[in-house]
Amino acid sequence: MSEYYLFHDSSKCIGCLSCEVHCKENKRLPVGPRLCRVMTVGPKMVGGLPKVDFIFMPCFHCERPWCVAACPTGAMQKRAEDGIVFVNEELCVGCKACMRACPWGVPQWNPETGKAVKCDYCKDRVDKGLEPACVAKCVTKCLHFGRPEQMVDSRRERHAKAMAAVGWEVTLRQPTAPASKPRKPPVRKQAE
Amino acid sequence: MHKEVYSICFMCTVRCPIKVTVEDGAVRWIEGNPHQLKGALCAKGSAGTALLNDSERLRYPMIRVGARGEGRWKRVSWEEALAYSAEKLQEVISKHGPESVVFGERQNLNTHLSKTFMRALGSPNHYTHDALCKGSVNTAFRTLTGYTDAQVTIDYANCKHIVLYGRNIFESLELKPIQALMDAMEKGSRITYIDTRATITASKAHRFWLIRPGTDLALNYALMNVILRENLYDETYVNRWVSGLNELRGFVEAMTPEWAEEETGIPAEEIVALAREISRDKPQVVFHYGYRGANHTNEIYFRRSIIMLNALMGSIESKGGLIIKKTAKDAGYGAFAKLVDQEGLPKPKAPRFDGVGGDLLPICDPAHGVGQQLPLAILKEQPYPIKAAISYRFDPLLSIPDYNQNKRAFDKLDFILTIDVNFSETAWYSDVVLPESMYLERSDSLQMADGPRPTIYMRRQCVPPRYDTKPYWEIIKLLAENLGVGKFFPYNTIEDIWNYQLKDMGIPLEKFEAKGFVALSDKPIIWDRKDGIKFKTPSGKIEFISSLMEEKGFASLEPYQSPSAPPEGMFRLTVGRNAVHTHVSTQNNPYLNELVPTNVLWINTVEAAKLGISDGQYVEVSSDQGWGRIKAFVTDLIHPEAVFMLHGFGRQVPVTTRCYNKGASDTALQKNITDMVGGSPGLHDTFVRVRPA
Repeated sequence: MSEYYLFHDSSKCIGCLSCEVHCKENKRLPVGPRLCRVMTVGPKMVGGLPKVDFIFMPCFHCERPWCVAACPTGAMQKRAEDGIVFVNEELCVGCKACMRACPWGVPQWNPETGKAVKCDYCKDRVDKGLEPACVAKCVTKCLHFGRPEQMVDSRRERHAKAMAAVGWEVTLRQPTAPASKPRKPPVRKQAE
Repeated sequence: MHKEVYSICFMCTVRCPIKVTVEDGAVRWIEGNPHQLKGALCAKGSAGTALLNDSERLRYPMIRVGARGEGRWKRVSWEEALAYSAEKLQEVISKHGPESVVFGERQNLNTHLSKTFMRALGSPNHYTHDALCKGSVNTAFRTLTGYTDAQVTIDYANCKHIVLYGRNIFESLELKPIQALMDAMEKGSRITYIDTRATITASKAHRFWLIRPGTDLALNYALMNVILRENLYDETYVNRWVSGLNELRGFVEAMTPEWAEEETGIPAEEIVALAREISRDKPQVVFHYGYRGANHTNEIYFRRSIIMLNALMGSIESKGGLIIKKTAKDAGYGAFAKLVDQEGLPKPKAPRFDGVGGDLLPICDPAHGVGQQLPLAILKEQPYPIKAAISYRFDPLLSIPDYNQNKRAFDKLDFILTIDVNFSETAWYSDVVLPESMYLERSDSLQMADGPRPTIYMRRQCVPPRYDTKPYWEIIKLLAENLGVGKFFPYNTIEDIWNYQLKDMGIPLEKFEAKGFVALSDKPIIWDRKDGIKFKTPSGKIEFISSLMEEKGFASLEPYQSPSAPPEGMFRLTVGRNAVHTHVSTQNNPYLNELVPTNVLWINTVEAAKLGISDGQYVEVSSDQGWGRIKAFVTDLIHPEAVFMLHGFGRQVPVTTRCYNKGASDTALQKNITDMVGGSPGLHDTFVRVRPA
């Protein structure tokens, strides 16, 4: 497991897909590889309100990465100092073993170079003390990058603030008052 | 070499402030201006580099060789393109008069130059895209407050409850409002969202009503009914600032929540609950007046009803409500100058092509005109023949409803000139195309952003043009010179324009270097709610009975008419936007096309089953105007009377290879009809037939 955690606060995510482009812009990628993805599921009704789920899928930078084990040339590596899993492009021969090995479909194909490319938490930026591209420019600031313990704390803090602001009886998102009668699905009016 | 340039994004019309990092002459990184946006930027903003490097945008001046729309072009020099354009325009002017030339553009920082150009030619016919988007919102605001919608803004940060009528705020991506609203929600602000389908905004709301299409006005009248019956309004404010309350009271008396339930499908007691709940938070509440307000031919009355609800809550010029934008003058500065105000510029006397200010559309805003009247005016030759159309960063063929009719109209023109960055449908159908440098390659006129804190922003060139393109301020000056009216463009550089704009303000250009903008006030300027609100109506009040409307013979309160339901197998076509694309301008951007390459047709599960349509299946959509083929997205969360598709797909320009022929075109299906009071087109007033393809 890398020393970092990229926390996606899905309640603040609006599925605008900006993170995907920020990432591509920083890596100067062609059309094709998408190193992080926001997968949208829905809308569906949950508790009387429509819900859309956004699942953020960067690389998880595993403790024992499938892709590193599968790579026959040593191109796929895990950085000793912080656990970031990355591709050394010079060593990659484009065999796609990493793409087959990863259970989450993280390693991507770069048609311009004929090699694998993947999320490396923008280590070029991280090494300069900056946040990964997806985090730095996130529209709603729903992406957070840092140490895992900090991420958890920020969530608690947010919840506490919300509680204090609206009173304990109201959670972040709940209908004001239960509808006084069950909601009927709308029906078409007769044509005139 | 590394440099950082503050500028203004232009991937959409919001114009977010940006900081651009340039390395060795190439744009390396674009981020939201950290002084205002915490660095945030949307997908479109980051895809600016993809537009910069795109070889499928307009790259050099071209003159048409084959038939219109055939796609055979001759690459020419700027000198030849400008001389040829001037010659053609001169021919039209000498034969049919200057009013036979019409200029349309998407409102932008250089609009004052375009208006100068048209007045110099002697034509009254400049229009913007504004009416197509929100003409009726503009008119509604003027009838009530004397201000246009563009002169009003919303204090999201302090708003405790916001009601959104299809205002899909989390998919239309204005960064500042989104960030402010998200922060407010964390502090407990509530959202009520009303739409004919469940958007992402609906999924973030605390209350969602799936309303029968076209009945929002009935809902609002019922809300007013409850508010007035139960005295839920801000009495002090209303007594001071509102005229016509008694007339409204009488008018909405019969329009009860029970009546509205029949119309809208929203349970009466829920309507009552909203009225009571929102009243508790007044005046820090907002009934959002909408941005795109162009759905139905009675749009003016719906938009007025929203603004009236705000007035009843006392939220106009309130913290957490609507704030009238303050100008440089309000901040103690001299006026921001526009070239169009220069002395000696002719004031054309001919009536406008669209009837604005005349008998046809007497109260619409002549600063914008009513663009969708263009094809109708050309075809009918009313009020006179129109023979030349100039389009600047606006795509009338694809933005005005009824694509096929638009083409038939353009066929009647002697000359079509397009100035744009993108290879638009109109560019493809033009006689001459003049390519504009994209926003990272040029500087533009300064932006005077009026607001609680009036601020001036600067778009500054980051890199040299990649292709044989020019900035618009230079193109229009050269075109004017070729037409013998160059004297009205007294500048040679962008700095000359900036200095002209700032001539009465005493702000040196160097002040923009630190942050890319100059704020004219430290604190928000809010007028005193007891005596200081400067409404610009004749009475100085919010006029529920509008003198502007009544003088021109329009009723301020018009009896409600129930929208007709579509016949079986047919649906009301509704359209909208998403977070990734801007109107019709980004569908071919490599990065954005990758994210959303096509549109789909939302259709209700029950209705789809009746027609034998399953999710993901291709369907044929047709209307009296046109036809399209598109994949179905079957969902419970769209009203059974409606179908929905994203705007701007189904493109017909072969050289824009990424978006060519992808999805269906809403424009091809829509009929061109207008709210003849407010000026918006009725974009949701077309019934379409849907069947498996």
